[in-house]
Amino acid sequence: MTTAIDVTGVVKTFGPVRALDGLDLNVATGEVHGFLGPNGAGKSTTIRVLLGLLRADSGTASLLGGDPWNEAVELHRRLAYVPGDVNLWPNLTGGEAIDLLGRLRGGLDPQRRADLLERFSLDPSKKGRTYSKGNRQKVALVAALAADVELLILDEPTSGLDPLMEAVFTECISEFMAEGRTVLLSSHILAEVEKLCDRVSIIREGRVVESGTLDDLRHLTRTSVVTETDREPAGLADLPGVHEVVVNGNRTEFEVDTDHMDAALRHISGLGVRSLISQPPTLEELFMRHYGDELEANGAGRHATAGNGQGAGDHA
Amino acid sequence: MTTTTDRPTATGTAEPSGRAALAGTGTLIRFVLRRDRVRIPVWIVALTISTVSTAAGFPDLYKTAADRQSRAELMDSPAATAMSGPGFGLDDYTFGAMLSNEMLGFVAIFVALMSVLLVTRHTRAEEESGRAELVRANVVGRHAHSAAALTVVIGTNLLLGALIAASLAGSGIESIDGVGSAAFGFGLAGVGIVFTGIALVAAQITENTRGASGMGAAAIGVAFVLRAVGDIGSGALSWLSPIGWAQRMRPYVDERWWPLALMLVVGGALIVTALVLSTRRDVGLGLRHQRPGPASAKPSLGTPLGLAFRLQRANLIGWCIGLFLFGAMYGSILSDVEEFVSDNEAVRDMVSNIGGETAIDSFLTLIISMLAIVSTIYGILAVQRLRGEETTGRAEPVLATAVPRARLAGGHVTVALAGGALVLLAGGAGLAISGGASTGDAGITGDIIAAVLVNIPALWISTGLAVALFGLAPRALAFAWAVLVYALVVSMLGGLLQFPDWMSNLSPFGHVPGIPAEEFTITPVVVLTAITAGLVWTGIDAFRRRDLTTN
Ligand SMILES: Nc1ncnc2c1ncn2[C@@H]1O[C@H](COP(=O)(O)OP(=O)(O)OP(=O)(O)O)[C@@H](O)[C@H]1O
Ligand SMILES: [Mg+2]
Repeated sequence: MTTAIDVTGVVKTFGPVRALDGLDLNVATGEVHGFLGPNGAGKSTTIRVLLGLLRADSGTASLLGGDPWNEAVELHRRLAYVPGDVNLWPNLTGGEAIDLLGRLRGGLDPQRRADLLERFSLDPSKKGRTYSKGNRQKVALVAALAADVELLILDEPTSGLDPLMEAVFTECISEFMAEGRTVLLSSHILAEVEKLCDRVSIIREGRVVESGTLDDLRHLTRTSVVTETDREPAGLADLPGVHEVVVNGNRTEFEVDTDHMDAALRHISGLGVRSLISQPPTLEELFMRHYGDELEANGAGRHATAGNGQGAGDHA
Repeated sequence: MTTTTDRPTATGTAEPSGRAALAGTGTLIRFVLRRDRVRIPVWIVALTISTVSTAAGFPDLYKTAADRQSRAELMDSPAATAMSGPGFGLDDYTFGAMLSNEMLGFVAIFVALMSVLLVTRHTRAEEESGRAELVRANVVGRHAHSAAALTVVIGTNLLLGALIAASLAGSGIESIDGVGSAAFGFGLAGVGIVFTGIALVAAQITENTRGASGMGAAAIGVAFVLRAVGDIGSGALSWLSPIGWAQRMRPYVDERWWPLALMLVVGGALIVTALVLSTRRDVGLGLRHQRPGPASAKPSLGTPLGLAFRLQRANLIGWCIGLFLFGAMYGSILSDVEEFVSDNEAVRDMVSNIGGETAIDSFLTLIISMLAIVSTIYGILAVQRLRGEETTGRAEPVLATAVPRARLAGGHVTVALAGGALVLLAGGAGLAISGGASTGDAGITGDIIAAVLVNIPALWISTGLAVALFGLAPRALAFAWAVLVYALVVSMLGGLLQFPDWMSNLSPFGHVPGIPAEEFTITPVVVLTAITAGLVWTGIDAFRRRDLTTN
């Protein structure tokens, strides 16, 4: 497995702000890599360093085997980028902007362009200043997806899109992926990441705090279990890795760390199991676990997690 | 910006009462004052100090009545009239008359500029950034933004006028009396108020701030040229210029107050017009609407240079037309210049003293130098455009393609340099065509072309400086305007204030061979071009090494 993006110990400061604080990021060729983190975590900064728009203070970064700062131009022929905030030229139409960006990269496929305009139902003859936020985003997406490149770098590409267009986006990325190309996808939309990404990295305060496949990461968190047994589960709460045990007659709810699952299930199976529902951790939970203390500090933790009914906020 | 509409609905809802339309004005005024707590005092203090210190220098510079009288004779020339204005009270040239003849028109340009910039900043720029939408969604009336901006800018003008009047009256300089000082100060305020109205109208017509302040600045240029052309010719055109009105208050000579009333009436009418226009449009939009454009790009739009040209094209064409018209207006009075001279003994003597120089030659030298100084504005704006591409984040996706930094910047710099030259050439063309027609002497064309060509390297210096600043210290880019202001001060006030040579040598235009009045020399042209090249190289190289900065 070759590496498309390899970042080690990158530090980037803006005056007193340490936007990146020893960031490590590894993206293998051919994977869709999710890049998650709260606002201001440093996602866009990382992407700008990878694009050679910012120069890292220290650390090493390599992109498609080259140096993102010194070999920017050659590398950029092989990638396409969608910025988080798409600003178009007020007097250029969307179609002109798409053509311009394509030509500056070295040409774009007119067939693909037409196809994408159709799929995103984008009117290319409107002036930049008259597009809505979502439509500006679409212009940037069409420009990037119409390019014949090895790597896509997308900074919150769906932040302004309606659900229908999000579905089109997901479809496009799946096709892109099927051709064995690489995607770095920064996002806040967990469903999207869960659907598309092979691996994710979670960044917080300029560091990657968690990185791996979704399965790997799920191991780091808890599964919730609801079971009905013939006998009451005495001693369950004393087992290592078991939390939040609520016994209600024959019905027991608890959460268990994924690596202690086996012991807990053995314990229960001795009690005459009548039913068992186990719910794997969602990415949302993972996310909450990593931002949880921050949210809690803002008094938002409970509120934010109440919706998924799993009390994930309690983990933090 | 799509859902907020302020237009009265089709069901014919009555206009909200005056009070409702102004709701929130008080809060907005405080907000404007807070945002501009540095900017406004700086304008007021800078303009007051420059005016008063100029006057304070007179007694030392012009010790005797004879000194003053020789200055009066110089003033009585077409070149000086085009530059400063009509000479009132030249027979007995007091310090007061000197101040009002030679300073009033000059300061008025800056007062007008201040008003235009402040008005657009608090109206159109607010809307463009979307902040107005945020504010309007609160309990804020339709006219509250305009009313707040107007209150502050008119207040600033009145305060400035009062301060200048009081400081001059209190300066104790001979002949600078209270009545004249009041006419001087409030004449300036009147000009400011007229341009406040013009800027407010412009802010309704165009959708972007650049367009609105550009229209305001163009109006200042038109006012200046109308006055210059009118003053040399029959004087009728000067009556179309607010600057001309202020000068016709004749401060320190024989004060007249009705031009001030004229300014207030015109200013008020413009403001009412703007408010009426504003009820006919949506928040964030202008009166001019956008039409759809081509669905795909022409082949020319495929390189950084092509992009830069496309982005600046409309602006460049506008500037070329503007300068062509300026040049043509000046050219149209060349025959009056000849007449002006034959009417005036003193100047004829003076002119014949300087070997071979004719009044037309020195007039042309001066006008072309003026056109060149004005053309530098285009060059600086074009470089600011490049910086705008960076700060708005539009440069980011471009640099994420296979475009090197140097080519992105190079595209805009090429347009800035070539465009600046082109703008000046357009001015020269206007001057040559209408000058040739007016004098019946097509021979001046060659002189004009030569004079334009030698001015190009000087006009490039400020563009080069802007590029260097863009690379090295992008946040300080506005300092490039300092070169322009300095060049203006030296060329417009250098004679009056008898600046030493080194001061005029600091202005790039101080080195330009004064064709056709003087001989051509190659050295300054080469040196200025080399300096520009060095500055441009420095700036682009620094841009290649630095971070891209957004916001
Ligand atoms: N040019 C800059 N100057 C100063 N600080 C900056 C600059 N760019 C980013 N920062 C700071 O660096 C930190 C990381 O910002 P970044 O834009 O990378 O966050 P992000 O993860 O993309 O956030 P979001 O999810 O909101 O887009 C923030 O604290 C931000 O304020
Ligand atoms: Mg971001």
